[in-house]
Amino acid sequence: MIAYTIRRLLMLIPVLIGMSIITFSIVHAIPGGPAQAILGERATPEAIAQLNEKMGLNDPLTIQYFRYVGNLLQGDFGTSLKTGRPIVEEMGPYLAATFELAFFAMAFAIFFGVNLGILSAWRHNSVIDYTGMIIALVGVSMPIFWLGLMEQWIFAQELGWLPSNGRIDPRMGFESITNFYFLDALLRGDFVALQEVLSHLLLPAIALGTIPLAIIARMTRSSMLEVMGSDYIRTARAKGVSEGIVVYKHALKNAFIPIVTVFGLQMGMLLGGAVLTETIFSWPGVGRYLYDAINARDYPVIQSGILVVATIFVLINLIVDLLYAYIDPRIHYGKE
Amino acid sequence: MKKQKCWMLSLAVLLVCSSVLVACGGGSGADHNGKTLIYGRGADSTMLDPSLVTDGESFIVTENVFNGLLGFEKDSMEVVPALAESWEESDDGKTWTFQLREGVKFHDGTDFNADAVVFNFERWAKQELLPTEKDAYIYYGSMFGGYEGDEGHIIESVTALDETTVQFKLKEPQGPFLANLAMSPFGLASPTAVKGDPKKFAENPVGTGPFKFESWKKGDTITVVKNEDYWEEGLPKLDKVIFQSIPDNSARLTALQSGDIDIMDGLNPDDSETVSANDQFQLYERPPMNVGYLAFNVEKEPFKDRKVRQALNHAVNKEGLIKSFYGGKAEPATNPMPPSIWGFNQDIEGYEYDLEKAKELLEEAGYKDGFEVEFHAMPAPRPYMPDGRKIAEYIQADFEKIGVKTKIVSPEWTTYLEETNQGKHDMALLGWTGDNGDPDNFLYVLLDKDNARKPANNIAFYKSDKLHDILIKAQRETDQDKRSELYQEAQEIINNDAPWVPLVYANPTLAAQSNVEGFTPHPKGSDKLKEVDIGQ
Repeated sequence: MIAYTIRRLLMLIPVLIGMSIITFSIVHAIPGGPAQAILGERATPEAIAQLNEKMGLNDPLTIQYFRYVGNLLQGDFGTSLKTGRPIVEEMGPYLAATFELAFFAMAFAIFFGVNLGILSAWRHNSVIDYTGMIIALVGVSMPIFWLGLMEQWIFAQELGWLPSNGRIDPRMGFESITNFYFLDALLRGDFVALQEVLSHLLLPAIALGTIPLAIIARMTRSSMLEVMGSDYIRTARAKGVSEGIVVYKHALKNAFIPIVTVFGLQMGMLLGGAVLTETIFSWPGVGRYLYDAINARDYPVIQSGILVVATIFVLINLIVDLLYAYIDPRIHYGKE
Repeated sequence: MKKQKCWMLSLAVLLVCSSVLVACGGGSGADHNGKTLIYGRGADSTMLDPSLVTDGESFIVTENVFNGLLGFEKDSMEVVPALAESWEESDDGKTWTFQLREGVKFHDGTDFNADAVVFNFERWAKQELLPTEKDAYIYYGSMFGGYEGDEGHIIESVTALDETTVQFKLKEPQGPFLANLAMSPFGLASPTAVKGDPKKFAENPVGTGPFKFESWKKGDTITVVKNEDYWEEGLPKLDKVIFQSIPDNSARLTALQSGDIDIMDGLNPDDSETVSANDQFQLYERPPMNVGYLAFNVEKEPFKDRKVRQALNHAVNKEGLIKSFYGGKAEPATNPMPPSIWGFNQDIEGYEYDLEKAKELLEEAGYKDGFEVEFHAMPAPRPYMPDGRKIAEYIQADFEKIGVKTKIVSPEWTTYLEETNQGKHDMALLGWTGDNGDPDNFLYVLLDKDNARKPANNIAFYKSDKLHDILIKAQRETDQDKRSELYQEAQEIINNDAPWVPLVYANPTLAAQSNVEGFTPHPKGSDKLKEVDIGQ
């Protein structure tokens, strides 16, 4: 297991190198080059030449690439053209906001998705099963933006139960410690804030989590059905093990492997869907950050943003692979 | 397996807890300390040092944190005293002496005096204390002809004569000089704070304005609080203002409807009726200081021919456009600048919508069977053009009736701007929002031959020597009446040459809760909130 983990970590290196080459090329492929991008289209040729010299843009590309990677390794992601601030500093709060949203969306998707799937499988071909699967079908075909707008319309505008935008009521003047508002509220023991944070999270998390929920439900159902028909389940039942334990302990354990794959893939998709959700719910996350950067042609931010998101994606995949090995003892990666 | 179960269980608990908490929450649990106003807008600020930015969203905040030497009247572009109480102009128009307000302090306690004024202007002119490599005091450069050492730089010196007197010496008289000084970018900053850390200053602005900067959550909110020592008696009325960015126009309206925000900027024209029909809300119209237009690229055939341009001017139904796409919140345009700017030529009636006349003119120009061109339509909504593509389609249909076939192209916004300012288009939709309420800011910027150099602001690439002479003469003149006459003449020339179809002067709309009092939308797009109050 440890050997496998190390091997998988080592395999990350070529992937990360590949990604850094791609993001490095983004800035170098723009017409006019980086200096032009930084100074704007009205820049004089002298100013461009000066900046090229200053930033070492006249050096061979390989040297520039190594300098870029060197900076990355030291945690220097460059400076935003728009705000003039270091990207690392800037991106932190945005990333935290996205993670918080993604975590709750995933928690929502997993909890309801898995249980819906189990319920459908358990009461196979019953009304519950059909209802469950219709919910899943509707969920998977629901465009995020539409769902988001509907939620806002019903729960924020018409009923006035939940807030429609942002992470917290700005009137509270909530000061963040970690940028994870949920955690901050807990750390402070501030239950009013906690309630505020959760009520702000609810609608966007549902919007973002619905598609993964549907997919997870369907995956769980089919995976469970397969397992539930197997001999050991029949044996367990014959032994008089309670139905709950049969389903949640014996069956779910083996049904879980394909489900974990889906978690992993969905987590990646979630980061994509976050751009839409963050726009609709004015959630100041990394999707919004990238979207604004693309609009402003803030190349260094686009570059680093993509690198960070891609790295997260790769890491999630790694975690999923490692989870397999952990969940299923039959998978012995250590030995060839 | 145990662990897994724990995990699932904790998730379940978490979700149940959250629903319970939310359910028992009901209304907002926020603590309302004093009067707080939330201003919802489309985007976050880029920086809070007004001299470094050009985007309207940044000025919306800095307008309330800084004061300039001069300012504008609260609902018009008339120049009024601010930190300068009075001023004198020398006979040759080159020396201006300002008497400063006494006893004013910056938010950090630094005294406001003549030295502070000199410090700010020297910082801009010498391009000093810039927070990063690429920054420049862009507006300073463009309003005062460049920086120290540049040939066109109009300010020769700024001197402190005594504690409360500042003297500007200009190389040439500059017509719009006072209006320029009143612009948002020239808000005066505390020298102590800037010298302390210029980088930090762009994030933590310190001025003399009615509100003090408190905090900035990127992409989300900027909070400013009441300046207790503000120099205008009894102002500001609010204790706190929070500027919240909600990018989507409909989401922002939802936030207003659910009471999350008090004022919203950028209401969709289509939604204005919903808002005005509801007693709970107030609808505001910002006096237009913009123009939306269709520019012909006069460097290309067939637009080199004036008759063709005039013909197409007759073929645009502006009233219809306004009804269909602006919810009635616009006026048909006749000139390249709106009537809110002094010097507007009332006598010009514009080309009436008359397809027969258009056909005749085309025939005279030798295009009896029409022609085919590309039509650039902007992809992003702008205050002066809520939906460029649909507007282009509307115009396209009329053009087709006189035999002019157009193919609408609509690249993404930045490419669009690049293509048009490089002259790649045949004709293109665009618009302009004024900066300082001076006619020069429209006519010279948008239609003078100086600005037809690529990348051009004059995207018609219209070059008229006659117009150029008038505009330059008007720039050098400081007597407003004389300038006004010159600009009237300029508008006649432009109308006759028809490099554009001036389409509309749009009134951007805003909405607010009914208990918001004293809010006056300003033509320049950024509002002072010092007189705003929240009633019961």
